[in-house]
This record gives sequence, structure tokens and C-alpha cells, in this order.
Amino acid sequence: MAVTAKDGYVNIIKDKVENFHGNQLVYVGWDDHLLFSAAQAFPLPPEMPYQALVSEVMPSVFGHHQDFKNIDWGAVEWILDGAEFTPDLGQSLKENGVGHKSLIRFKTPGLNGINGSRL
Amino acid sequence: MPAKKLNLRKRYELLTRGMGWDTTYQEMDDVFPYDTFEGIKITDWDKWEDPFRLTMDAYWKFQAEKEKKLYAVIDSFAQNNGQTNLADASYLSAIKLFLTGVTPVEYAAHRGFSHLGRHFRGDGARIACQMQAIDELRHTQTQIHTISHYNKHFSGLHDPFYQFDRVWYLSVPKSFSEDAMTAGPFEFITSISFAFEYVLTNLLFVPFMSGAAYNGDMATVTFGFSAQSDESRHMTLGLEIIKFMLEQHEDNLPIVQRWMDKHFWRAYRLLGLVAAMQDYMLTNSPMSWKEAWDIYFVENGGALFEDLSRYGLRMPKYHELATAEADHVSHQVWSVFCSLGNATGFHTFLPTEEKMDWLSEKYPDTFDKYYRPRFEHWAKQKEEGTFEYQTGLPQLCQVCQIPAIFTEVQTDPMQLSYRSTEYKDDKYHFCSDGCKDIFEHEPEKYAQAWLPVHQIFQGNCGGPTLPEVLDWYKFRPEDGGDYIGSQDHARWQEWKGDAKKEKQA
Repeated sequence: MAVTAKDGYVNIIKDKVENFHGNQLVYVGWDDHLLFSAAQAFPLPPEMPYQALVSEVMPSVFGHHQDFKNIDWGAVEWILDGAEFTPDLGQSLKENGVGHKSLIRFKTPGLNGINGSRL
Repeated sequence: MPAKKLNLRKRYELLTRGMGWDTTYQEMDDVFPYDTFEGIKITDWDKWEDPFRLTMDAYWKFQAEKEKKLYAVIDSFAQNNGQTNLADASYLSAIKLFLTGVTPVEYAAHRGFSHLGRHFRGDGARIACQMQAIDELRHTQTQIHTISHYNKHFSGLHDPFYQFDRVWYLSVPKSFSEDAMTAGPFEFITSISFAFEYVLTNLLFVPFMSGAAYNGDMATVTFGFSAQSDESRHMTLGLEIIKFMLEQHEDNLPIVQRWMDKHFWRAYRLLGLVAAMQDYMLTNSPMSWKEAWDIYFVENGGALFEDLSRYGLRMPKYHELATAEADHVSHQVWSVFCSLGNATGFHTFLPTEEKMDWLSEKYPDTFDKYYRPRFEHWAKQKEEGTFEYQTGLPQLCQVCQIPAIFTEVQTDPMQLSYRSTEYKDDKYHFCSDGCKDIFEHEPEKYAQAWLPVHQIFQGNCGGPTLPEVLDWYKFRPEDGGDYIGSQDHARWQEWKGDAKKEKQA
């Protein structure tokens, strides 16, 4: 649908990728860990290796959860923009199909929050 | 012989019918350029009926009386150091959130109604809007007096209008009011007067004012009740405009229904902040959010829509979800504030044992099962000194701008409700179907949203680090963080000198 407006409507896309100084926005949400009350937002270079997301970016936010150090990264289930996917850790975010404002969700089987409470 | 004094009805008729005229040198459409593009068809503005039939002279007289009483109470509150009679200084977090969030909304409403007071073609509607514009300005002023009083004694109230345009959670009320103000006049009045003031205002004012009374806050009670007496006129205006649009032309129904669906959801999401205030931030809560929702929306709102069904209007879309969320929303919102309590302009605190027992009682199906564990976990961490505020910035909903924290309450309350769509090759994320629908109807509008998290990453908020952003917000170190150990807490202890009187310690 088009906006209901009187006349000439200025169409501004506020969050175009060009506005992020070479980065793109990536959201990461950890399923069954609701102590993080929402997915977390990160400005990241599209060329960043997926491995760096896992070993550098994610620990900066998720690292203080007691489950984080026990994650078996080989068993993690990933969902990218609503579809299951298997990232290639050596490839970049872009090469893995992670685009501007992509949402990455991850599930850690067997680790379901504090005492299995999904927190 | 002096002319006979006219009765009220006659005077109102002369004011709203006799003093208007159709222009001839200029086209009416040029003089009133804004009241047709939304597609609302009005065939006869004279059918507009204002049940209050208030004339300007009567309006000034009533309002002057109210002002006199109000300022007498505010003055005596100040002279008698009324702030020392609060239930607890932690209660002021609710007031800080209310005053920094709602006072600028009142001002925005003033601006919006001033616009309508010029641009509606019908004289009666114009005059009703002019009066409401003045009311809203009055509410802003009286709330500023309360801000001014509390600002002398407590942290966090020094820059509300500056912060309204910048702070991450104040973008929620800001985007709500700007959404309405940037729409056409009929949508604006449907949003503010009907969806917000008629359908939902009781959820803001009644429980909250009773809440203020329960916590010894006579300053807030006073402006609340003074405003409330105007609200009944505003509510009448809201109902009148809906009936008027629906009676004027059958083509108006789908437009009005869509606005109803949209602005119900917008206003409801905004009230999520009020839910947290009511259940967690008030030291003593007169009723729970869920109880208030059941009375004011499910019962009263249900009856209202039954009444309106003769015009073909149905309950707003997703109202069932809002009712299901009533068991969850306050806990979810307060959890976010607690986990980001180093970035708020008010103090956060975990619920006390007493409060948690009250919450268990009020929310038997959800509190112990889903929410008590997180508060107990954080309490344990605080005791052990291992508690950390969340270091990342949350994903925000593109429409309501609240962090996307809401869950699938109807199927799995521990699963975040992720919604997204694409527009012009970019992805957009939402907290709910309600917000997603709003976006998809007018993506051009919401693609422009000034989302605080994204703005920080774009480098527009003072710098990349939290201290830089907080500095840009003009948050002072003493404004946020834990209540316990804060300046407010220390001052309160100094005044009360009696540890037993502390609710939070």
C-alpha cells in the first residue's frame, strides 16, 4: 500500500546500509535464553569472517551467561532470516548470505538457560 | 430595553454555526486544504453535535476555576514538603518515566489540536479542537510544575524535553505522537481522541492516579484529576468524531476501522510502559495491570464496541492478543529496564519479596512460572556481586520502537515473537503482527523511523560508547542505575532516618 499523503511525499530510508560507515547491521538472538530480552544489534563489516562473529562479537554480549562457555559450536543450530542454515565459519558474513539487517538466531541444544528455565 | 440574555444552547449555536461562513473569494478547498485527502467524506458539517456545547466564555470560566484550585494544592504541596510523605523515593521512578514520557506527548497533542482547530472545515469541530488544544497546553504546564518541584529534590527530571527527542525509551511515546501528528486531521483525531483518550485513557489515568494517591504523591494526584476533568470532554469529542464520520458516509467505515486497528495497537504498545509502572515501579499498587486491562478494556471497551457495532465498526484487530499479553507485558517491560538499568534516566530495582508475592497473587498463571525466576536469578547475582547489565543494544521494533521483547504468549511465552518484512530491498523487524501490519500499510512512513539503536551505530548520538551516549542524552551519573545506593535513596534515608520506612532496602 502507499502512504496516504496530501502531496509529494519525501521518501527517506533512514537505515540504508550506506549510513553505517562501511558496516552493516546484524541482529543476533539466542533462543531459550530470555535473560537477553531481545535479539542484540551489532554494526559489523560485511567482510568479517563468520568465525569472528562467533569468537569475538558474540562473546562480548552473550559471554557472561553461564551457558555460553559450554556451547558446542558444532552442534549449534542456526537460523538466518527465518530459514535454517549452516554457516561456513571461514567465509565472510556476506558470503554466508548475512545481509544488512539480517537476523541470525541460534539454538544451543542441551543448553536451555539457567537450570533449563529458558532464561 | 436590554436584549434578553441568550441561553447556552443558543449561544453555542451562534458560536459554531452563525459565526462560520463559506468563502467565496477563495475556494473552500484552498482555505481548508487538509480535510479531504484522507478519503473521509463529509456531506454536512452542520450535523456535528458537541454534547458539551461549550462556549468560549464558559470554557474560560471553568478552566480558571480549575487552575485556581490546582495551583493552591501544588503550592501547599511545595510549602509543606509534600515529597517527604511519599511511600518511598523509589516510587519516583514511575513519576520520572511518566513525566519525561507523557508531558511532551501532551505538548504534541496541543500542537496537533491547534492544527485541527484551524483546518477542520466545520466550525463546531474546529472550536472543540481549539479548546482541546488549550487543555493540552494546560496539562503540559501543570505537569511541568510537578517536574519543577520534584527536580528540586530528586535526580532525573532536569531535561525532559531535550531527552524526549533523543533517549532510547522516550522514542516510544515520541514516535507514537509523531505518527498521529504527521497523519491527516481525521486520522490524528481518531488516534488521539478515540483510540487513546476514549478507549485506553483510563488505563493511563485512573489506575495511575489511584497509584499516586496510594503512594502519597499528591502533586501527581492533583494534576491528574485536574486533567481528568478535561479528559471527559476529550473522550466525548473522540466518540463524537467517530460517530460523525461513520454517519456521514458509508465509505468512511473501512478507513475508520483501519485507523482504529492501527491506533489501538500503537496506543496499546505505548501503554506497555504504564503496565511496568503500575506493577513494578509503584511501591504500592492499587490494582494490577491485568486487573485494569480487564475492567477498562475487556469490559468497558467491549461494551463500547458493542455499541458501535451498529455503525459496522468491530473490535480492533489483535485485541485478543493484547488481552492475552495482559498476563505478561508488565513483567517483560520491567525486565528490559532492569537489564539496561545503566542506561535509564530513572532508578531501577528488583521486586522485593513482598512485591513478588503480590505479583504471584495477581498473576497466578504466569508470574511464578515465567518471571519470578529471572528476578530471583538477578537478585542472587546482585548479592554475589556478579550481576552485569546487558552490554549489547537490543533490536528495536521498527514501528513501536520498543526493544523487540514481546513473546508468543498464545503459544509459547518463552519464545520471542520475531516478525519481519522487506521493503525496497531492506529488511524491517517488528515485535508483533500488529506493528508489522502498520508498517506494511504505509512502509514509506515507517522506513523513516529514527530508531535510537541504529542512530547510535550511525554515529549520531554523541559517540560509540555508552558514557558518550548517556552524556549526549544529558543523563547524569546520579540519574540511573540501582535505586539502592543512589543519591535519591541517600536523601530519602536522610529525611526519614528510619530504616524500617524503606520499602526497597
